[in-house]
Amino acid sequence: MTTRLFGERVARSEDRRLLTGRGRYTGDFEPAAAHAAFVRSDFAHARITGIDVAAAQAVPGVLDVFTYADLADGFADRLPLLVPSDKLIAPRTQHALAKDEACYAGEVLAMVVARDRYVAEDALERIVVEYEPLPAAVDLDRAAGPNAPLAHLDMTDNLAGLVTEETGDVDAAFAAAPHVYDWTLRMERSASMPIETRGVVARYDEREDRLLVHDATQAPTGVRFGLAMLFGMDPDRVHVVAPDVGGGFGVKVIQFYPEEVLVPWAARRLGVPVKWIEDRREHFLGSNHERGQIHHVHVGAADDGRILALEDRFLHDTGAYCSYGLILPIITAAQLPGPYDLENYRYELRSIFTNTVPTSPFRGAGRPHAAYVMERVIERVSKELNLDSLDVRRRNFVKEFPHHVGVTFQDGGPTVYDSGDYPKGLATLLEQLDLERTRTEIATARAEGRTVGLGFGAYVEGTGIGPYEGASVSINPDGTVSVATAHGSQGQAHETVFAQVVADELQVPFERVHVTTGDTRRLGFGVGTFASRTAVVAGNAVLLATTEVKRQAAAVAARILEVAPEDVVFADGAIHVAGAPDRSIPLGRLAMASNPTRYAFGADAEEGAKLSQLAYEGGDRPLPEGSHPGLAATEYYSPTSGVFGFGFHAALVEIDLETGHVDILRYVVHHDSGRIINPMVVEGQIHGGVAQGIGGALYERIAYGEEGQMLNATFMDFLMVTAAEMPRIEEVHTETPSPNNPLGIKGVGEAGTIPVSATIANAISDALNTPVDHMPVTPEEVLTLAGKIESP
Amino acid sequence: MDVTLSVNGVSRTASVEPRITLADVLRDELGLTGTHVGCEHGVCGACTVLLDGRSVRSCLLFAVQAAGQEVTTVEGLAAADGTLHPLQKAFHDAHGLQCGFCTPGFLMAARELLDENPSPTESEVRTWLSGNLCRCTGYQNIVDAVLLAAERMRGAP
Amino acid sequence: MKPAAFEYLAPRSVEEAVALLAERGEDAKVIAGGQSLVPMMAFRLATPAALVDLNGVSELDHARVDRDTLVLGATARHRSVQELAGLRERCAMVAEAVGLIGHPPIRNRGTAGGSIAHADPAAEWPALLLALDGEVDAMGPGGRRTIAAADLFRTYFTTALAPDEILTEVRLPLPAGAVGSAFVEVAQRHGDFAVAGAGALMIVADDGSVADARLVLIGVRDTAVRSVAAETILRGASPTDPVLDDATNAIRSEIDPVSDVHGSSAYRRRVAIAVARRAVTLARDRAHAAVA
Ligand SMILES: Cc1cc2nc3c(=O)[nH]c(=O)nc-3n(C[C@H](O)[C@H](O)[C@H](O)COP(=O)(O)OP(=O)(O)OC[C@H]3O[C@@H](n4cnc5c(N)ncnc54)[C@H](O)[C@@H]3O)c2cc1C
Ligand code: FES
Ligand code: FES
Repeated sequence: MTTRLFGERVARSEDRRLLTGRGRYTGDFEPAAAHAAFVRSDFAHARITGIDVAAAQAVPGVLDVFTYADLADGFADRLPLLVPSDKLIAPRTQHALAKDEACYAGEVLAMVVARDRYVAEDALERIVVEYEPLPAAVDLDRAAGPNAPLAHLDMTDNLAGLVTEETGDVDAAFAAAPHVYDWTLRMERSASMPIETRGVVARYDEREDRLLVHDATQAPTGVRFGLAMLFGMDPDRVHVVAPDVGGGFGVKVIQFYPEEVLVPWAARRLGVPVKWIEDRREHFLGSNHERGQIHHVHVGAADDGRILALEDRFLHDTGAYCSYGLILPIITAAQLPGPYDLENYRYELRSIFTNTVPTSPFRGAGRPHAAYVMERVIERVSKELNLDSLDVRRRNFVKEFPHHVGVTFQDGGPTVYDSGDYPKGLATLLEQLDLERTRTEIATARAEGRTVGLGFGAYVEGTGIGPYEGASVSINPDGTVSVATAHGSQGQAHETVFAQVVADELQVPFERVHVTTGDTRRLGFGVGTFASRTAVVAGNAVLLATTEVKRQAAAVAARILEVAPEDVVFADGAIHVAGAPDRSIPLGRLAMASNPTRYAFGADAEEGAKLSQLAYEGGDRPLPEGSHPGLAATEYYSPTSGVFGFGFHAALVEIDLETGHVDILRYVVHHDSGRIINPMVVEGQIHGGVAQGIGGALYERIAYGEEGQMLNATFMDFLMVTAAEMPRIEEVHTETPSPNNPLGIKGVGEAGTIPVSATIANAISDALNTPVDHMPVTPEEVLTLAGKIESP
Repeated sequence: MDVTLSVNGVSRTASVEPRITLADVLRDELGLTGTHVGCEHGVCGACTVLLDGRSVRSCLLFAVQAAGQEVTTVEGLAAADGTLHPLQKAFHDAHGLQCGFCTPGFLMAARELLDENPSPTESEVRTWLSGNLCRCTGYQNIVDAVLLAAERMRGAP
Repeated sequence: MKPAAFEYLAPRSVEEAVALLAERGEDAKVIAGGQSLVPMMAFRLATPAALVDLNGVSELDHARVDRDTLVLGATARHRSVQELAGLRERCAMVAEAVGLIGHPPIRNRGTAGGSIAHADPAAEWPALLLALDGEVDAMGPGGRRTIAAADLFRTYFTTALAPDEILTEVRLPLPAGAVGSAFVEVAQRHGDFAVAGAGALMIVADDGSVADARLVLIGVRDTAVRSVAAETILRGASPTDPVLDDATNAIRSEIDPVSDVHGSSAYRRRVAIAVARRAVTLARDRAHAAVA
């Protein structure tokens, strides 16, 4: 009997340990290790003229205190540029410990290692830093303008990079357009803010010359190779484990944060295990942010609302450094057209340095801005021309696939949508919403004097980018199957969904498949979990490796059972001769048989050992050429290009005009991410994404004062939504398989977040009958938009 | 100084400085790493444990203050034979956790809720749990899991 | 975010606590629920050299309604107040206000006395104390004294308590008769400190006029504040909607909210007026219901 788990709501295998307090997070390792703590710059921009560590050194329990002067060789260089680009005019990354200039409040200046974190923090208070404060570039508009304060002393302006691209003939299209508009849209800075902060624990064993690092990272493989190079060690002696990781959403993949270099460095130098668990204050000040952008759009439209030409000139706040190069604004630019066919599109992006925490992808990664800008454009054009915005959307939809957007994708190739069915997606959303009824309800509510509004948002999400991901699969002598992938997991249920794929292919019980992720001891090559790529890229690698293991198993079984490999079938954890189910070998026994050596315990294994002789009988050597012992394979999958999920959101909101509170009465989501391995997991990803989106639309922003001091670096002041703020999410989906990969799947990790700002902005705009061109919309902003209070 | 407290029904003694929080003692001295620390200023709720049956922030309590009292952590939730507590089971069935980092805090807060109110409404659950932050789930499945556990516990004889 | 070292002192009586506090001097602090103090210690914004823990002082651990007075010892938790039977019927304002403080784990530890001693201008307890014309007992090396609510709150996080004094008891007289009251606030998220909040209490006379009215506001200036102007308009008047409008508009001259990362002064003003209006309306409607 064939069972199929693909597409089923399989409850997760990772849950049991996490529910009983037996998860293993970075902070749970090495309870007796020495602890690190860091002196961080008080100023957004300053020359460092001296650091006096003598008093700190004298604190009992302090092992040592380090400054830039203690670093040598590669450790004294600037940290690597993760994504180089020839459009990057001024690549700037930071030193592991600031050399002589601090460029944001929070930049690390010195490191203390002490008996425990309490003592380490005592020592921090005794370190005296001499600063020579410098003018700071903080506000994005101002930093991009003339005579701005300079974020870096050695530069003459704050321009990190500049990219322009055009498809079609934008100028001609504008000249011919009957309606032309200019609008400015802003989005403020926010941050990933996982509940587990970052952390690094390192142990260096001198006698064995081995470095073991536990790192709450989304990408352990890169950290491993990087550390091996820095230390000049054989990569086989360096291992990095991303154990259970308490959420990432982008912030845990930078390669390298200073602490990721310094903690292992100190462990080797001091000869003791060293642990650093970031505290929440450090997380605000020392872990990357995202989202700050300002867009100036120039729009040409036809009478029926078709967008004839679009030009977007925008500023991207890259913070003090740009280890991610220009990837964020490039994603924004490439995905700005969304589901719409923009024949004439041009953008100019300028990435600007400011004296603030550096930025890098946070769930959505440049795409929430894209959707926000495009969807506001659609709404405003509809409003100007007195058209139904849903009709305008339909008129502008891309209808044929593959669709060439005409600009460059984040992976450097062209942006090509593989598949989609936008009219059907929108129709599915509207059906769930019950558009007619909702519109009637709105009319009734308005007649009662209530302030309600309905908003829509659409998006296309490029997912599943390369370069590659790998998986190794092996069948064990006890019939269990071990699967390993190298990327880290932060709650995405990879252990479960990969086991579903393997269980289906090999027809073994789901519980017998054990998946390990993020341990470079198990698989050294891989890329990482970001950009909604893991299910797609690693998932297909798992499929390839499993297929190879199947081939091996079939070959060995065929020899033993004396049939052709095509004549065996996998069922019930065993391999059978087709049509003769009683002629079968359990997979575990087959694994024994395929390994011609002796170590049998138990009857089953003895049987396996006997079979092994059968399997390799008559060859010229114990292991015939072309075969290898055991049933095991490692395979890599490299996608030809990204695959594009899409979807539509709708929000019905009610506004309290006395307090500015926005109540979300309904939130409806449609999404299409191709074929779905586990709907329960996908829904969970959508829920979490929407919550982050609602946070970004109404509550969350990182606020800086004029001098570059962060004003809300606590959980009391940075407002993440709670269960009480969240509406119940109604969810519907369609499945348009991707033709680009064997599983037909697309990534979904960021889908929930991308269109939420757009949707909420449109709903508020509908309720107040006024444009909403600044995100997030705080209650105060609502009242200002409604004309109830003066803007401050 | 030496502190003796009862943790999950077992008397435990640790030698600690007064400034060490209960969360740090549970994790580092007693090896009970199921209690997590996400903010150390009382907001995220990841460190929530029960003190004499009542939910408290273990990051805002010094271990010395818990001397002589009964502390229940997530490790004490399942039965001795490993049978999951109905809340744990419901979180599993309803996919109420993703990364799992917030989960112990939610379980302890929800346990206090159900001890006091066996039939909470959805809005009561949301309000009660609003002192716990989760960045992964959007809360919907957590809320559903608590309602499911309540229903199953009421159904039990 | 680990607190600096301190000496931990666990007295068993108020006398002992006062003596320890006096002995250790200015660098010593009292800890009650720790829900405000410990976060400040975690950020090292507070670095007391010694902590005098009141939690072991059993004489401070009481919460009860004594005839017409709510009596709370210094370690009475927010939660203990919520658990007093019949409090909501007796004085909805108190029950509602306490329910708005943080979340269950915060209320299980935090104390009314601690909140009053801490004197956050957005906190609920100081407002309740003011609205109900309550008083507190303070014990210092010089003995016990009683401080009336009106004399207690000086400015941001500052009270008339001397550093060597311990607040031992809070007493809140609960008005009887045809009384209605309510506490309404706007916070950014559920359980956050209020952007602005208002507590209102109204007693209506047999002729339907207002026999007594109290209106207290939080989050609008350096301390919680009673609106004398609004109360003056209300007392003796017939509490019609226009009168309530007049009364709540009168708070404008008495409030002076600051602008900060959570909102401008103008925004807080608008919210203050909105919550004041809602609280007064609820109080009136409840008072009417009590008459009926
Ligand atoms: C997440 C979170 C949310 C919160 N939300 C709210 C809210 O919405 N509204 C609100 O009002 N509060 C809120 N709080 C604070 C909480 O209510 C505190 O419990 C309260 O403010 C202080 O009481 P405490 O007993 O914890 O005092 P502690 O923290 O122990 O002490 C506070 C200060 O008062 C002094 N003190 C305490 N007791 C005495 C005494 N008997 N005599 C003299 N001095 C004393 C201490 O020395 C210290 O300076 C919140 C706290 C947290 C962590
Ligand atoms: S760690 Fe205690 S509440 Fe966040
Ligand atoms: S499951 Fe990750 S924070 Fe809640």
